[in-house]
Amino acid sequence: MRRLLFILPAAALVLLSAIFIILLSRPRDPGEIPSPFIGKPVPAFRLPALDGDGEVSDVDLKGRVSVFNVFASWCLPCKIEHPILMRMAREGKVRVVGLNYKDKPADAKKWLAELGNPYARIAADEKGRVAIDFGVYGVPETFIIDATGIIRYKHIGPIHPGEYAEKIVPVIERLLREERP
Amino acid sequence: MIRPRTGVRAALAAALVAVTVGLAAPPARAVGANEALPDPALEARARELFKELRCLVCQNQSIDDSDAELARDLRILVRERLLAGDSNEEIIRFLTSRYGDFVLLKPPLKASTVALWTAPFALLLIGGAVVVLRLRARRTAREARPLDAQERARLRALLDDDGDDGGKGAGA
Repeated sequence: MRRLLFILPAAALVLLSAIFIILLSRPRDPGEIPSPFIGKPVPAFRLPALDGDGEVSDVDLKGRVSVFNVFASWCLPCKIEHPILMRMAREGKVRVVGLNYKDKPADAKKWLAELGNPYARIAADEKGRVAIDFGVYGVPETFIIDATGIIRYKHIGPIHPGEYAEKIVPVIERLLREERP
Repeated sequence: MIRPRTGVRAALAAALVAVTVGLAAPPARAVGANEALPDPALEARARELFKELRCLVCQNQSIDDSDAELARDLRILVRERLLAGDSNEEIIRFLTSRYGDFVLLKPPLKASTVALWTAPFALLLIGGAVVVLRLRARRTAREARPLDAQERARLRALLDDDGDDGGKGAGA
């Protein structure tokens, strides 16, 4: 009995320490909120195209593996990930679609003229309503959508080159394989 | 019951009114005046909802407290849905379907949150049980037990030794 009294708290301490060490050493940003959209179809939306050429809707995110990137010209981190998006567009494996979030169309166009335009289509979400429908809470955010229009992955914050290679590319490759079995 | 004299009572009433008014006045908040709904009942519901909803940008503030742009957008959205006649539950569902349970400052009771909700009570029960058991053990330990034969004999010998006979037979 006396020995148990010593062993039990010691065991509890060891167990708790193990849990803390495992959870704390996992590379997780507590600011990243898990998206309830993973595994769900893209929400329906319809917005004017930034270039004034008709509308962009959820239909533009179906039929091909797509990368849906929320960006704004006022968003500095967007500039950091911009080369990655340019690379995706150049490689052409996926369709890159943009959601221009709470931006002035003129500013967005100027930004794209300066840095290059990786987007096949850009929806202009001046009020930020469609972004809310996608559960966006900051820019940039990037969704990877499979050919059937199901959201399969969400990246919060700018995509750094390392993250692109480690997280984004494997998801894209997997979805491409699914598309062509 | 003690009734204060009228003068005192009036002063008390005035003080009470002052305190109540002070408490009822809304604290400084991030909402622009143009955002509020004209219907006070709806606006009250909106404010109740705001307090339950997390600002996803700042994460430890409600959208009622936050100055963030997204918090403002969500306030406008909640007010719009209230005007459209949505119930509180519908509005909460609308937001959790987009932002997950994280948008709620109070986590809902679910299979995945049972441990979160029950652990404090379970720990309190365990702690209480430990305290009760220990106290009880200590009390029984301190309680007098009758002397055994050997002790009685020793006590008698000590008392006899004294020479004074006064304590004789007072054992146990």
